[in-house]
Amino acid sequence: MRIGVDVGGTNTDAALMDGNDVVETVKSPTGVNIGDGIANAIGELMTKTGSKTPFINAVMLGTTQFTNTFVERAGLDQVAVLRLSLPANRDLGPFAGWPDSLAAAVNGGVYPVHGGYEYDGIEIAPLDESEIAAAARDMAVKGLNRIAISSVFAPINDAMEKTAADIVADIVPEAAITLSSRLGRIGLLERENAAIINAVLATTAKRVTTACQDALSELGIEAPLFFSQNDGTLMTAADARDYPVRTFASGPTNSLRGAAFLSGIEDGIVADIGGTTTDVGVVAGGFPRQSGLAVEIGGVQTNFRMPDIVSIGLGGGSHVELGDPVRIGPRSAGHRLMEEAMLFGGTQLTATDIAAAAGRTDIGDRDRLASLPEDEVRAADRHIQLMAETAIDRIKTSADPAPVILVGGGAILLSHDLAGASRLIVPDHAAVANAVGAALAQVGGEVDQVFAFDAIGREQALKEACTLARERAVAAGARARTVELVDLEEVPLTYLPGGAVRVRAKMVGELDLEKTA
Amino acid sequence: MNAPHNHGLGRYWELSADDVRAFALGASFMGCGGGGDPYIGRLLLESELAKGGTIRLVDVEDVPDDWLAAGAGAAGAPTVLLERFPNIGAAETALRKLETHLGRKLDAVLAGESGGINATIPLILALRTGLPLIDCDGMGRAFPELQMVTFNIYGYSASPLIFVDDHGDSVIIESSDNRKIERLGRQVIIGMHGGTQGTLYPLSGAAVKHAAVRGTLTLALEIGKLIQKARHADDPAERIVAGLNTDVASDRHAARLCAGKIVDVDRKTSGGFSRGYAVIECATASDGPVHVQFQNEHLLALGPEGPLAMVPDLIVMLDSETGVPITAETMRYGQRIALVGLSVPAMMRTPEALAVFGPRAFGLDHDYQPLERLSAGSSPAAIS
Repeated sequence: MRIGVDVGGTNTDAALMDGNDVVETVKSPTGVNIGDGIANAIGELMTKTGSKTPFINAVMLGTTQFTNTFVERAGLDQVAVLRLSLPANRDLGPFAGWPDSLAAAVNGGVYPVHGGYEYDGIEIAPLDESEIAAAARDMAVKGLNRIAISSVFAPINDAMEKTAADIVADIVPEAAITLSSRLGRIGLLERENAAIINAVLATTAKRVTTACQDALSELGIEAPLFFSQNDGTLMTAADARDYPVRTFASGPTNSLRGAAFLSGIEDGIVADIGGTTTDVGVVAGGFPRQSGLAVEIGGVQTNFRMPDIVSIGLGGGSHVELGDPVRIGPRSAGHRLMEEAMLFGGTQLTATDIAAAAGRTDIGDRDRLASLPEDEVRAADRHIQLMAETAIDRIKTSADPAPVILVGGGAILLSHDLAGASRLIVPDHAAVANAVGAALAQVGGEVDQVFAFDAIGREQALKEACTLARERAVAAGARARTVELVDLEEVPLTYLPGGAVRVRAKMVGELDLEKTA
Repeated sequence: MNAPHNHGLGRYWELSADDVRAFALGASFMGCGGGGDPYIGRLLLESELAKGGTIRLVDVEDVPDDWLAAGAGAAGAPTVLLERFPNIGAAETALRKLETHLGRKLDAVLAGESGGINATIPLILALRTGLPLIDCDGMGRAFPELQMVTFNIYGYSASPLIFVDDHGDSVIIESSDNRKIERLGRQVIIGMHGGTQGTLYPLSGAAVKHAAVRGTLTLALEIGKLIQKARHADDPAERIVAGLNTDVASDRHAARLCAGKIVDVDRKTSGGFSRGYAVIECATASDGPVHVQFQNEHLLALGPEGPLAMVPDLIVMLDSETGVPITAETMRYGQRIALVGLSVPAMMRTPEALAVFGPRAFGLDHDYQPLERLSAGSSPAAIS
């Protein structure tokens, strides 16, 4: 048995899974302390099932805690940045493009040193050990022990970053070091930004992962704890402590994967309709389609692997103004829907009221809506359908109709014959799709590298990329025979010779619970 | 931008942080979908401005005939420039080497292109060296090859082309054939690992007056400001087109070619270019579908009745909600866009100019027709 937990800002959801069956689910308030929220949710789950804890093989946790910490700038550490690039990149140092106040708060010092690679793997300059040691001594003197290390073209070769990390670790006491190569793709600034953000979160990551572990211990659960990553695969709690940024997009990812799993639809569109917003994404082969664009977090450009999401201001609590034109959202009653909506005796007309007046749901007291003009209600209802249809259409890759899976509490807003949808599915347990998504135990390995197709041939290059990705998936804990290719992308590099092509490959397999226990 | 000070020759171009953002937006507009994303260029410019210094911007009209100016910019693969940024020190070294090579000092720096990342580099060099910057470029947009500039079309040599890399290593290419310089230059860029800095087209003041496309740097800034102002309008693209026609580029013709949704993108890479087409389903069914062909930059917008705009006129794709230009690499199915055209000055439409960067120069089976004729609702000639 496994437990999936999703820690949101408002609620903590938990789902007990036995193989592919959802045994029991709960929703309980998150509260101030993440550990308490988890303890309450899992405790309630145990009470409901009467399950004995020894049967739990693993706990998987999805959380937006780290994202929120960074965006709210609460409890961030000071960071030193060591960049291997000289003689290149003198003109644009780390923190370029950051909001000034944020950079001032976290920038403990930047150390440009010689090194880095060209796209073809040749060294820009050899690594200079004494130069790095001198930088490390300066960090130690200044008491900087949160350190981000970046190198030019690190995704192609991470050797210099690793060597530099070893030198720094020997000199700086209790150093928490983040390597850019562990985090990102081509695009030095964005990858380095991700490493800096990660280093900034070191203290928070330690506190949160420890609190989660402690919560499980107190419940008597000895099973290993895993965290959901941005791409829907798992990492160990130790990895989450070292690489908290890898959880930044786990919320939408878990809802997409949970929706695909609960509905049994591997390829389709998922609309997660909450109280304030609707997030629409795509699952392909059961996995979220990733966005190709840079993602800005808290004002900082990153190149995290984030699901491609279209988010619109339509939710169950969205304020509605009747008339011509109809106005819906983005303001919302949010979690006060049960007090503010007219259906429940409030004075605010919401999208949920329109759904009830249009006969889409029988919750609340529909008599309270009797005074609403019928034609204007119809117009508002049509506008809600149109907003959803437009968002669904924007996320599609082709004009063909596709199945649409609805999850989240606001699914009642929508008609079952949306334009662009071949069919509409609201699966069981749709309200806790995120927690179910967290419990889908899969681990992956990824490669992002430039190959010279002319030298080794396309077939050989793709084979090498896949082999490397497979090895990384197995190293991460996947059962070798279950590993399969879920994503392969080729981007030819214009202007470069030798048929230079950037290949991204991702392999995913089932978590081998025996290996991790 | 503050009121220009007149200090003899040229005016001091004081760019605020907002202006820099606007300039990068405008450069992205003039990139016509290509030219490399100016984001890195914007950051380089911001960090150079933070060190102080001002840009002395000289109108083409005020340039003394005996001045010596030269173009400068980055050359390479956009992907490489995302890891190894344009090196301003190397670009400066290239200018100094040119001075040594020619045996005289430069009086000003020139932009080769006003679209994409290379629009920003001459500004940064002007800040760093104190050399005046001339308000012009060689194409009024972005183009992929170094002979596709008005300097070449009107008889001036790109020679010597001097490349300098991060290590200060350099290559000087001299030839009387600009196309050969382009070919040899590609080889050097490859040898310098796909990204380097260069200077080329050393021109006299008289040559600049004769051959440059005028006012394009200030135009990029004004277009950027227009895009910023239009961002919150109900229909940003419409606001941008209106602003171009009435105010920012009133000597040119701007038109909204169509508005709708991208329903197909077909990309492939051949000959070192990203080529392909996008199909736009227009909001008003009677207008569509519109095919946009690109080779790094957008080259042709083709409606059901025939062409709506073609190279060298600017064809720019804007996000319909924000009015922000979309690069060809990031076009995707489902994006709501508006397609906008902007005419180029007469000097870019002469037979000798069209021979170098007209539709047929890009392998398109169309004779050039000006944007204002195509978008005036006259029935375009049938296309075989």
